[in-house]
Amino acid sequence: MVAEDAILGFLQSQDEIADSHEFAAGLGIDHTELENVIKRLNGFEIIDAQDFKKDNYLLTEEGKLYAVEGSPEVNFFLAVPPEGISLANLKITLDPKVFSIGSSWSKKNNWIEIAKGSVTRKVDAVEDKVKDLLKGIEDGKFVDGNDVAELLKRKLIVKQTWKGYKLRKGPKYVSKRKKAATDLTREHLQKGDWKDLEFKEYNLNAQGQPIQIGYLQPLLEAWQEAMVREEIQNIFLQMGFEEMPTNNFVESSFWNFDALFQPQQHPARDSHDTFFLKAPATTRDLPEDYVERVKRVHEVGGYGSKGYGYDWKRDEADKNLLRTHTTAVSTRMLYMLAQKKPFTPKRYYSIDRVFRNEAVDRTHLAEFHQIEGLICDHGLTLGDLIGVLEDFFARLGMTKLRFKPAYNPYTEPSMEIFSYHDGLNKWVEIGNSGMFRPEMLLPMGLPEDVNVIAWGLSLERPTMILYGIDNIRDLFGPKVDFNVIKNGPICRLGLQ
Amino acid sequence: MPTVSVGRDRLFAALGETYSNSHSILPVSFFLVVCVAAYFSVLTISAQEEFEELCFKFGIELDDVTSLIRPFVVCAILRGITFDEARYNSFIELQDKLHQNICRRRTLVAIGTHDLDTIQGPFSYEALPPQEINFVPLKQLGAAVVGSAPGAAAQVAADLRADDVDNGVQAKDLQFVVKKRMHREKVATCIMVKSFRADDLLEYYKSDMKLKKFLHIIENSPVYPVIYDNNRTVLSLPPIINGAHSAINLKTRNVFIECTATDLTKAKIVLNTMVTMFSEYCEKKFEVEPVEVIYSDGKSMICPDLSVSRMEVPLSEIIDPIGISLDVSEVVTLLNKMQLEAAHSSLATGDFNIVVSVPPTRSDILHARDVMEDVAIAYGYNNIPKSKPKCMTTGGRQPLNRFSDKVRAEVARAGYMEVLTWVLCSHEENFSMLRRKDDGDKAVIIANPRSADFEVVRTSLMSCLLKTLKHNIDHPRPIKIFEVGDVVVLGGDRDVGASNNRRLAALYCNVSSGFEEILGLVERIMKVVRAPHINAPDNYLKPSDEPEYFPNRQCSIIFNGKQIGNFGIVHPEVLKKFGIPDPCSFMEIDIQSLL
Repeated sequence: MVAEDAILGFLQSQDEIADSHEFAAGLGIDHTELENVIKRLNGFEIIDAQDFKKDNYLLTEEGKLYAVEGSPEVNFFLAVPPEGISLANLKITLDPKVFSIGSSWSKKNNWIEIAKGSVTRKVDAVEDKVKDLLKGIEDGKFVDGNDVAELLKRKLIVKQTWKGYKLRKGPKYVSKRKKAATDLTREHLQKGDWKDLEFKEYNLNAQGQPIQIGYLQPLLEAWQEAMVREEIQNIFLQMGFEEMPTNNFVESSFWNFDALFQPQQHPARDSHDTFFLKAPATTRDLPEDYVERVKRVHEVGGYGSKGYGYDWKRDEADKNLLRTHTTAVSTRMLYMLAQKKPFTPKRYYSIDRVFRNEAVDRTHLAEFHQIEGLICDHGLTLGDLIGVLEDFFARLGMTKLRFKPAYNPYTEPSMEIFSYHDGLNKWVEIGNSGMFRPEMLLPMGLPEDVNVIAWGLSLERPTMILYGIDNIRDLFGPKVDFNVIKNGPICRLGLQ
Repeated sequence: MPTVSVGRDRLFAALGETYSNSHSILPVSFFLVVCVAAYFSVLTISAQEEFEELCFKFGIELDDVTSLIRPFVVCAILRGITFDEARYNSFIELQDKLHQNICRRRTLVAIGTHDLDTIQGPFSYEALPPQEINFVPLKQLGAAVVGSAPGAAAQVAADLRADDVDNGVQAKDLQFVVKKRMHREKVATCIMVKSFRADDLLEYYKSDMKLKKFLHIIENSPVYPVIYDNNRTVLSLPPIINGAHSAINLKTRNVFIECTATDLTKAKIVLNTMVTMFSEYCEKKFEVEPVEVIYSDGKSMICPDLSVSRMEVPLSEIIDPIGISLDVSEVVTLLNKMQLEAAHSSLATGDFNIVVSVPPTRSDILHARDVMEDVAIAYGYNNIPKSKPKCMTTGGRQPLNRFSDKVRAEVARAGYMEVLTWVLCSHEENFSMLRRKDDGDKAVIIANPRSADFEVVRTSLMSCLLKTLKHNIDHPRPIKIFEVGDVVVLGGDRDVGASNNRRLAALYCNVSSGFEEILGLVERIMKVVRAPHINAPDNYLKPSDEPEYFPNRQCSIIFNGKQIGNFGIVHPEVLKKFGIPDPCSFMEIDIQSLL
């Protein structure tokens, strides 16, 4: 601040500062310190600084000694008395260096004469020019070029090139500079000095601070209405569907398979596909009259069906398992609905976890999420199913649908749903659908003309397509990389 | 309707036409279904015509002890069959597929095929103690090679146990192969065709990759099922292996097929599938020779049963559920297109019934609904006019799920990252790695885990979050993660004896424990979930002594007088077990009880 004030103050009355070195010497501060101030003021165009090169000379150790004690030749000369002295005596009195250098220079200067072992003066008095020159250089006075060359030759001084500045007022000259603020602070507001402050230009190329927020996984919603699950949930709610209570991972084989008219020898009931339980191994109870009707329809049919014609075993139905589909919950809901008289139509949905005893790979997980929707009413048709699927998938942005015959033990007919994927340029399978079999619905006690249309898909599949993920393990489970969660774009489903 | 996959080229060959791939997937698969159906019904109708003229040359007698182990058998004969390599392979492949699927890995039905010219009827199906059964099994021809250079002989034997042996290469062909090989390997030896006793054979197969998975079906029974011919030659030891004596090969002309079963309906379906598929290659196409099965009580049955059943379905039951209006003749045309014979009958009411003849191959047609499906397929799913269900319903969510979403949003707002982990974990992760003991009264245990990763259903979210942290251990500190998810605990009021419980868990990891951070989150949650106008006591924390937390740095969370969760610094030994180098604090709350 001292230097800045000095420069600006000086220039207020004077046109220029010719030499920054001299100015620094005058202020008694280091030139390097002054230079920083000059550069800063020049940058803000408050002053105009022209730099120049200046040769400067510094005394060597020897030079510094001579500047104090005088040059050796003068000391040598002074040691010679006017009557003369023997060289041997002189050698004893003088410092060896003074003796050797002094004798040769005195002789060279033609001040003395040495003959036959004795020294005599040739002149009466001498001037110590070397000492004077050295003192002048030390004080920063101008010295003649020849003299400098002489001193350099005698290694009494060394040359140093310095950068110096010539300073004038700049276009934005002010006698006193205001400090630029970088941020608006509480103090500024309290003092009210923000009005007078100059704010530093902001570098918009600088990166912002990483924001401190939590991240939800791509599989679940990210923010508000953003992610897939919540979007699909919203679509169901908009279409008048009621959520089913699916917080029951443990299910009995009866509700998971038998009640769906899935025969006990069906491969899906094999231990290679289903997680059976050691504890609790079997269910505690089942609705006995309903169990009896289910047993009959498997064994001998009824309700217009031939049945499967095998011995239905209660032990198999009692076995507990981790549900292989949320349809186990739908079955319980439909059974409860059938017990309420009179019948009321329902639309149900669920999105929750299911379990398959499969080897885990890029596209299979032992646990995944199933989306299921169903409508239960008098006289529903296959046309209704197709209509409601078009409505549902259109809201997910899938407007081109086609249906293909498929097989499923508890739906008849069964339809695989395909959607044309514009990005992939092909038809991709997106889900399954069908009408529940009469052998499943009638033993529950639902009226004969009531049909149930239903569809299901996995939550992971649309999410993988949406986020371009080709390995399902990136999406779900402990091996998920936090960066996948952090850098996933928001879900745009339903925003188109 | 079940679908059958058919090689595209073979299908086109059968159709006598090819279809380019420019058709989209839908019409092609449509053709597939229709054509396979056509293929079946043509076969059976012709077979039916021939049926009456056939005479019963062969019979099989049932020993009543077979009821102890594998009570049913059905048989048939295909005469004058001509195999070529492709047909032979597809014959074997069909058996494999049937064994895998409808036969449920041979537990329900096992198929045996034999060269009829090597055996002599009538045959008998018996159940005998394994010590009394001796025969040369199909696979054992090669394995019984012995030699002076034991290593080389064993190698030859191993090579010969490959599938070509299983596929029924004849003993003499095999001897030739072995001799050639012996010569090359310079093994001076002879071939011994080894006869096994049944119990030794099962012991021997325990090291056989392909057969060992079937042993359990009969292994622990005091008697094994076995089929003999009139000369007491063993045809097969179902469901494990056939005898070498009657093995079929490319030159076999007459094939005897037997299907032993625990489920008669399935056995009939399997036999019908076998004979209808391969009678095409018989000298007299589609001719099947029946076999009489006589039970020990004197009852007899002639098989295969290729009879056609009638099904009468009101027209409205077909077209109404599809949502189309068609008249009777249109429906009949569509059914014919699906190769189902159909006619109609008029009712007094003026309505019509459709009468469908269901061939034996269409075992999937159980109900009028199955006929409806065929009509819908023939009509084309994509041609059905779209409509909207008319019922008026209101949407709604489960309160627990809605509440969970609000809690999730709250924790995410507190700067925690949500993760989603698996419900299944290893027993160790759920217990010993958390310094907890399994008292047997908490966790659901899986009976048939494929690997250690799926041994128990988690009873807390702690191991799941620690595992997730471990996999992201290089992430910059602090790491703040959370999960809202279900655990399952034994008991509760559900019929199955186990109930889900919704939990919130959060984990903080940094260079210091972050105990106050987690405490802050607990306080925040307890504050926001409080119902208005209810003054819950402020003092809801109680010091606890749980093994998974650091002593004196842990608390229980009490709500309405009930412990609903806990939090604290994770015990260093737990961190070590999960491979986590930095201190962590953790909290877990049962949010279901906050609802």
